[in-house]
Amino acid sequence: MYKKYFPYFKNSKNIYLDTAATAQKPSIVIDAVNEYYTKYCSNTHRSNFSDANRATTEYESTREAVKNCINAKESKEIIFTKGVTESLNLVASSFVKDRFDTVIISSLEHHSNIVPWHMQGRSLHKGLEVVNCDETLTFDMEHFEKLLKQNPNSFVSITHVSNAFGKLHPIKNIIQKAHKYGTLVMIDGAQSTPHFNIDMQDIDADFYTISGHKTYGPTGVGVLYVKAKHLESLRPYQTGGATIKDVSYDKTVLLKSPFKFEAGTQNIAGVIGFGKSIEFLQNIGYENIINYENEIYEYLYEKLKEIKDIIFYTDSINSIGSLSFNIKGLMADDLGILLDKMKISIRTGHHCAQPIMKKLGVNGTVRVSLAIYNDKDDINTFIKGLKRAIKILED
Amino acid sequence: MDKLEKRLDEIVEDFDLFDDELEKYEYIVDLGKSLKPINENARNDAYLVKGCTSLVWIIPSFKDGKMIFGGDSNTVIVKGLVAILIKIFSNASPQEILEFDLKQLNKLGLAEIVTPTRQNGFTSIVNKIVEYAKGAKND
Repeated sequence: MYKKYFPYFKNSKNIYLDTAATAQKPSIVIDAVNEYYTKYCSNTHRSNFSDANRATTEYESTREAVKNCINAKESKEIIFTKGVTESLNLVASSFVKDRFDTVIISSLEHHSNIVPWHMQGRSLHKGLEVVNCDETLTFDMEHFEKLLKQNPNSFVSITHVSNAFGKLHPIKNIIQKAHKYGTLVMIDGAQSTPHFNIDMQDIDADFYTISGHKTYGPTGVGVLYVKAKHLESLRPYQTGGATIKDVSYDKTVLLKSPFKFEAGTQNIAGVIGFGKSIEFLQNIGYENIINYENEIYEYLYEKLKEIKDIIFYTDSINSIGSLSFNIKGLMADDLGILLDKMKISIRTGHHCAQPIMKKLGVNGTVRVSLAIYNDKDDINTFIKGLKRAIKILED
Repeated sequence: MDKLEKRLDEIVEDFDLFDDELEKYEYIVDLGKSLKPINENARNDAYLVKGCTSLVWIIPSFKDGKMIFGGDSNTVIVKGLVAILIKIFSNASPQEILEFDLKQLNKLGLAEIVTPTRQNGFTSIVNKIVEYAKGAKND
């Protein structure tokens, strides 16, 4: 139904089931990037000629679009970054480091929300605490509260949706609980905005990170949302062109947010393209996206359930976008290679989330991740391919 | 043409018989399945190939001046790759192994059909065999 908007599917016969890694791009995004480079390529926030003004206007209109999309209060709360990884690192090094004794994460984090804390010299029970989860990977709220009580000077950094399993965290409850103890919260939203809308006033996150390329936008673009009251405490970790109000050899006076955080020439085409991906999603409507994706996700889950010896790690109710599984006695990597030869693109391995894989005692899983351009035909082809791969490996 | 190159070319000819990549991989899987099992005790760190995402063991032995290799892996496809390399390198003298031009392995076309990580793993297995040959030659 939505495939027609994506040129990739006109050029490729692949069944693409790896959106959690990156999404395909609709024409509207590709055209906007192309238009910038071919019709008004100029730098932003510097020159005053008409093309440069247009570039600045388009760039800033994406900021407005993001602000409205996530219901932020002010545009200064929207900072463009390279992606979720940079957003997390920015907060880790410019806000959390040297300020908080403990960082609390969930069991389902990907490496981008683990490694930055290790780089600060934190390790398990030494400045880093991990909230338990049960056998269906459900967040242990009691354990979380215990950690909040035990660590009064802590900072919470938690993913909204697990990249490896598609497990949805009860983020609003998590934030409420943390705020009850006066603890600030950053949410890793890499896997959320492609699938559902987020509302900063409703969930009340202090920091929220968004991936552009996973939200049907260009690669190399992301967002860090910072609640206005924290902006003064967040130090820029890179400085340079376009961040300053005044420079002498004695001192530098920085601009206010968001500009002080966007040093040097930005990914202008990427940001403009990202604005169009938001427009694309809003034109379809998140409600339609949620309903459609729920339908195909459930269809996938039901079809997979029919496969002998399948091992799931979550239920389908509290999961979104991605579904991870193993087939008893087979290695995920073998299945992935054979599916690739059948032109079915899925991901196998640890999905940059090794700690939870170790906890589950698996080397990796097969992960299928869905998006609006997938349909039941894709799922049928995948299931057929999976059955064939299993047969080849088992015989 | 030397012995090892001839063995390699025979495998390349087998590969050429297949119409598509999946068939080629079915063949690799079959080769893996037909690989002679190794002794359970041999699955230890001494024989483990470093640099592979899968667990791979290559076990050398020496008979009548020739090296004999056994091997295993926890993944079926890698086991197939091990079987291919054993077909090429086993039952050859250390000198023959060391004189073999490793670039010729590109003829297998594995660079185009194996993921980058696997390709590194493939190289690691080859390096392990070469390492054994060097050790045997120096003994």
